[in-house]
Amino acid sequence: MSTAALKSKSRRKFKREWLTSYLFLLPALSFFIMFVAYPMVHGVYISFFDYNLTNFKFIGFDNYVTLFKDKNFHQSVINTVVLVLVAVPIVIGFSVFAAMTIYKKHELLRSLFRGIFYLPAVTSVVSVTVVWNWIYHPNFGILNYLTGLVGMKPIFWLGDPNTALMAITAILITTSVGQPIILYVAALGNIPISYIEAAQLDRASSRQIFTKIIWPMLMPTNLYVIVITTINTFQCFSLIQLLTSGGPIYKTSTVMYSVYEQAFSFGNFGLASAMGVFLAIIIGIISIIQFKFLGSDVEY
Amino acid sequence: MKAHIEAKLGTKYNNSKNNKVKKKSFLKNLTPGNVISMILLSMLSIIFIFPFYWIVTGAFKIQVVATQIPPQWFPLDIVWDNWVTLFKNPVTRWTFNSFFIAVTEMVLICLVSTTAGFVLAKKQFPGRRIIFTALIAAMALPKQVILVPLFTLLAKLGWINTFKGLILPAVGWPFGVFLMKQFSQTIPTEILEAAKIDGCSEVRSFVTIALPLLKPAIGALAIFTFMTSWNDYFSQLIITRSTDMMTLPLGIATMQGEYRTDYGVMMAGAALASLPMLTIFILFQKSFTQGITLGAVK
Repeated sequence: MSTAALKSKSRRKFKREWLTSYLFLLPALSFFIMFVAYPMVHGVYISFFDYNLTNFKFIGFDNYVTLFKDKNFHQSVINTVVLVLVAVPIVIGFSVFAAMTIYKKHELLRSLFRGIFYLPAVTSVVSVTVVWNWIYHPNFGILNYLTGLVGMKPIFWLGDPNTALMAITAILITTSVGQPIILYVAALGNIPISYIEAAQLDRASSRQIFTKIIWPMLMPTNLYVIVITTINTFQCFSLIQLLTSGGPIYKTSTVMYSVYEQAFSFGNFGLASAMGVFLAIIIGIISIIQFKFLGSDVEY
Repeated sequence: MKAHIEAKLGTKYNNSKNNKVKKKSFLKNLTPGNVISMILLSMLSIIFIFPFYWIVTGAFKIQVVATQIPPQWFPLDIVWDNWVTLFKNPVTRWTFNSFFIAVTEMVLICLVSTTAGFVLAKKQFPGRRIIFTALIAAMALPKQVILVPLFTLLAKLGWINTFKGLILPAVGWPFGVFLMKQFSQTIPTEILEAAKIDGCSEVRSFVTIALPLLKPAIGALAIFTFMTSWNDYFSQLIITRSTDMMTLPLGIATMQGEYRTDYGVMMAGAALASLPMLTIFILFQKSFTQGITLGAVK
């Protein structure tokens, strides 16, 4: 039926139904418009203003120009990119490995491992940082004790510009793998056993089975996991705020942390909004690229 | 019907299949490669478990023991001093705030998402596509763009440092609507049409037919929402001003300054802040898994 025909038919018959539908939608929509849609538009708007406690003046693209000149912001962008490039592949690799190992196991064993790896994701990030702060402690942290046993010198993990970002990345990875593992286990369970059995009959090696059957069939999950992990990594904030406050010398500051710092430590709302818009554009572009590249050979 | 939904979710389908496989090839699975990866995975899981072990044992160690090198792997004497010190802070108030915010958010989000998700999945009306596209598009964009404008909006409304400011903005986030729309699609349209032919009103068919079928999804959403709210450190940080409006994680975080060197007290705080989520997670692992897989299905 054409939409026009459907519409005219609907208009006569289902007007009451429409009204009920709109009423059902109204609460969710009003919250959405007020707290998501409106702020998004307004965020772009105030990024063109010199907006702080004393000022509200239109300055066009000046905030964006400031950003591109700001050395500390450059460092934040670099850190964010490094964080994504390191964390995302490790998260994917680790999750696929874990899922491959556990998905054929007994249900009990499977939920035990799923639970263990999802644990850091359900726990409050504050608890996670409190304990890692102790583990990384230069004098009585357990990590330096363990590395000391194999003869390494103690390291000030979170205070040393060379190791701070790496130390944060490690925690980020442990809090990120839970969801992908659950998704991969579900995806692996959906691969028809007959495909694998047929390949086994044809004497395919395990490696061939993985690269020719399993991996291609995981593509939709891969796409989803890459996108959400990338977005989550971009949004990494609490770990940084609680463990290093962006230091030492901006070595662990991310774009997300810069937005917070500009707005709530320095009171530059306009500049912070410009950073937010910049981040949104970058994430948008990356998501589109990922969908284009990986989505092309995805079979649903 | 339940079987139908589960089949759609893939859980039942998987389980029955996996069980068959297990019986057939349980011994075949014990290849050297499989054993090695199992050992490797077990070793890695220790890295994941260890911080929690360290929190729990640390909460019962006095400071001298907590910071000694070599570390004391098992707490030899269990002391409660850390907990006494912890409760010298307004911890009860923070816990109440956290629960109040999380439960209210959970109820509100479930209410608005279920009705909205249902009509988006099952009803035809003008503007349906536009509304759904807008919700999805917003979900794909990062929250950072709205951080500053949301804060200034709440400031204008006078909602900074109030429960309203801490609770209501989260209700606007469209994830719940999306999840409930995905799930509502599994309700067979024929049942709803049959009800309509029998003269059942829209509202009544939603309450008596759809709601019971949506129960597992509402459960998954409720747990997810509770978790997000309980652990949402970021919004709580920017919206809260006074000590008595703090949530438990936020309160524990601010204590880090005061008890920087007292690891036992900090561990007691960390244990307390994680306890509710751990309990819920252990009790409802299945709902977590459902929520995650359902959210990912396109």
